[in-house]
Amino acid sequence: MSAVAKGGGALSRREFLKASGAAAGVMVIGAAISSRALAQQRSGADAALGKTLDANEVDGFFAVHADGSVTLFSGKVDLGTGLRIAIPQMAAEELGIDVARIRIVEGDTGLTPDQGATAGSTGIMRGGVQIRQAAATAREALIGIAAQRLGRPAAELEAVNGEVRPKAGGAGVGFGKLIGDKRFGLKLDAKAPLRDPSGYTVVGKPIQRPDVAAKVTGQHVYMQDFSVPGMLHGRVIRPSSVGAKLVSVDEASIRGIGNARVVRINDFVGVVADDEWDAIRAARALKTTWTKEENLVGDEGVREWMRRGPFEADETLMKRGDARAALAAGKRLKATYYWPVQSHASMGPSCAVADLRDGKAMVWSASQATHRLRGIVARLMQLPTDVVRVVYLDGAGCYGMNGHDDAAADAALLSRATGRPVRVQWMREDEHAWDPKGPPQLLDMEGALTADGRIWAWKTEMFLPRATASLPNVPLLGPAAAGIAQPMGISTGLISQNGNPPYAAQNVEVIVHWLKDAPLRPSNIRAPGKVANCFAVESFTDELAAAAGRDPVEFRLQGLSDARGIEVLKRSVALLGWQPRPSPAANGKGVATGRGMAYMHYKNNETYVAVAMEVEVDRGSGTIRVKRLACAHDCGLVINADAVRAQIEGNLLQTLSRTLHEETKFDRSAVSSRDWSSYPILTFPEVPEMLIDVVDRPKEPPLGAGEAAATPVPAALANAVFDACGVRLRTAPFTRERVKAAMVAMATENKRKA
Amino acid sequence: MPTYRLSINGEIRSVAVSDPKQPLLYVLRNSLGLTGAKYGCGLGQCGACTVHIGGKAVRSCLVPVSSVGAKRVTTIEGLGTPAAPHPVQAAFIAEQAAQCGYCVNGMVMTSAALLAQKPRATLGECKAALAGNLCRCGTQHRIERAVMRARDAIGKPVEKRAAEDAGSKA
Repeated sequence: MSAVAKGGGALSRREFLKASGAAAGVMVIGAAISSRALAQQRSGADAALGKTLDANEVDGFFAVHADGSVTLFSGKVDLGTGLRIAIPQMAAEELGIDVARIRIVEGDTGLTPDQGATAGSTGIMRGGVQIRQAAATAREALIGIAAQRLGRPAAELEAVNGEVRPKAGGAGVGFGKLIGDKRFGLKLDAKAPLRDPSGYTVVGKPIQRPDVAAKVTGQHVYMQDFSVPGMLHGRVIRPSSVGAKLVSVDEASIRGIGNARVVRINDFVGVVADDEWDAIRAARALKTTWTKEENLVGDEGVREWMRRGPFEADETLMKRGDARAALAAGKRLKATYYWPVQSHASMGPSCAVADLRDGKAMVWSASQATHRLRGIVARLMQLPTDVVRVVYLDGAGCYGMNGHDDAAADAALLSRATGRPVRVQWMREDEHAWDPKGPPQLLDMEGALTADGRIWAWKTEMFLPRATASLPNVPLLGPAAAGIAQPMGISTGLISQNGNPPYAAQNVEVIVHWLKDAPLRPSNIRAPGKVANCFAVESFTDELAAAAGRDPVEFRLQGLSDARGIEVLKRSVALLGWQPRPSPAANGKGVATGRGMAYMHYKNNETYVAVAMEVEVDRGSGTIRVKRLACAHDCGLVINADAVRAQIEGNLLQTLSRTLHEETKFDRSAVSSRDWSSYPILTFPEVPEMLIDVVDRPKEPPLGAGEAAATPVPAALANAVFDACGVRLRTAPFTRERVKAAMVAMATENKRKA
Repeated sequence: MPTYRLSINGEIRSVAVSDPKQPLLYVLRNSLGLTGAKYGCGLGQCGACTVHIGGKAVRSCLVPVSSVGAKRVTTIEGLGTPAAPHPVQAAFIAEQAAQCGYCVNGMVMTSAALLAQKPRATLGECKAALAGNLCRCGTQHRIERAVMRARDAIGKPVEKRAAEDAGSKA
């Protein structure tokens, strides 16, 4: 079987070896490139193998070549988010070089420093900032070398356009001549001066991403498109119920399907074949029997289970004044909010290629954390870490840990068993049923107002699955089935943040009851925990505003003192042309129109964002239609104006999808949401008009844009629905059935009162 | 093994497959090295595998290779290249209408088929045409802008192309 080159035609073995040395994720900025050229550049990147991976060394991040071009080695990867252009922009600005002369290698454990997982919206604010400091250090070093070379004081020189030259004018010396192909041999200097933002020429510009042209012409090589010579295609057969044991496998049941054969390791069962379609057919045809397990609580039972425990611990996250006494003394408002289990629901099922031969492991993966995965593969396969290399390739967007790492472990198991490189791509139902899930959240809210309609007391009581301390990974499916020891436990991300009101209140208490477990294997999902927490906090803020008979915006502003928060809040509602009045609006029958908003200071110390929207609610059908969706966003210094907007748009629409439609359904044995009809997501006809206002603050540090704007969406929507028809939605998703049921409940309640 | 002669991007390509029911998607990706069309669901629910067959946008994950016959198949690679993009591709680049981009093959192919058929498609028609194409990154708004941009950029030449397409089918 020959390696297939993109754009048609098989490569000869010699060409392939030349091209595929390692296939690191290399991109040339500003140039549209064919994949064959891409493959050749990849081999170029491999020439750097053996370089330092130390994140404290300038050489960890940068290599300046003799031709003056620069390679940037980034531990953070581009998950479709634009880091691939934004981080080079930060580096180009500090170095003083055209961004088109920088190529970036991402997430290759053989080449890039470990900068941690690309998660938590930290790509720019931590990863980019670290690389910027390395670039500033490198620039100072280049100026120092040039000063010696030119016999002039460093203070009289500047780095511009890829050369160091006298500030006063005159001939300069190119970076390539100063250090080309030699090491800097320098530690990152935390004191290396950064350029003055007022003089920025690259940072802030909406420079086009280098991968888009290749993506929209079918030339971009995704993880799912990647192949190596002699590769087998593998599929793994998952049990019919979670935790089931494999009773029997009928190998004869796949006889005659190409050269497909079975690999069984304890309860791990897979098939491999030369041809991918044969592997799929064999996986479908293979007769397996499993024990029947009924260990799950079922989606209907999650709420009750969350109140019941078992619990690991209680934790007080905030205590100001005496909320309990204040609540007991006055007239209090109470409400419970629930966020369901959700899937990452990646468009492309997870995929990986692994090659475990000759006592070494080479793994290609779309993991958000290739360095972490390297350690995991080493431990699971009982190999020394230094013989394991994991190379990042773009997969379908994951928004947290989806099945990418599981697929890598599947491929590693099958490769070790067969002695061949193996590609595993999950099928649609594998991804929907078996990706680690966003955990459920339950929040009890209580509040009381002062006589003049301000927040007097506030209590948030959360019920959350607790991440197992220091768990290095989410336990992976394949190794668990194969009986390979790995740390068991759960991982969910920082899900307890932002349970507090961001508004002045005399008495506040935020506590969390940490559950020992989760209903389905969990992991981090975009803006972990904070989508649901903001849903509860900002919906409940609206409930208090309504109880006070105040306009929701005025009510918030009276308790908000942070100038940047006030700015985004005001800007978001200005986009909609907000008219102050209390909610709900006085609406008649039929289709009701309303507006709502919500605000978030992400993690209480990062990005500021406010979302406002206008909706129509069809009382008859229960259908919610978002007409206009507005967002004001302040993530400090903006690195790439268009990429930030793209992230905001994506956050808004994806979370609208999660809020309107998404819940993973499961019974006592298994997940039943296994495709796009049983787990629907947002479609084009539902996409509203969008209004986005990005506040650029060049003198402030750059903050993340990958998550924050997701968080106010559910509350803004719930508040708009309440404004439209007086119905308060406290359980996501806001399906038609739920809206109708809430409508009926309200009518009954009103009748009872009357 | 059964062998089929397929018309792919203007060339006749011969492929041998072990199973006549093998979906065209796998033939394109694995036998012909055309990996622009993506496996998303295998159920016709997401659109990531869309190609043109006889000028129509079709889900290649549901099309048995044995059913293709002599019909003209165009994949995203045959639509245009980074150096010479189709107007729809050029508009997607101008609008930066892809994040992870895994779905974008289907978006481009469905939009190109729409505009070939309805050169003056409205935003509403664009939304309706793309209603069965899913995107997880939330890039829909940009995709809509790109399709409208392409429509405005294409103008008359598209009508010409549509006429040519109709002519070649006859």
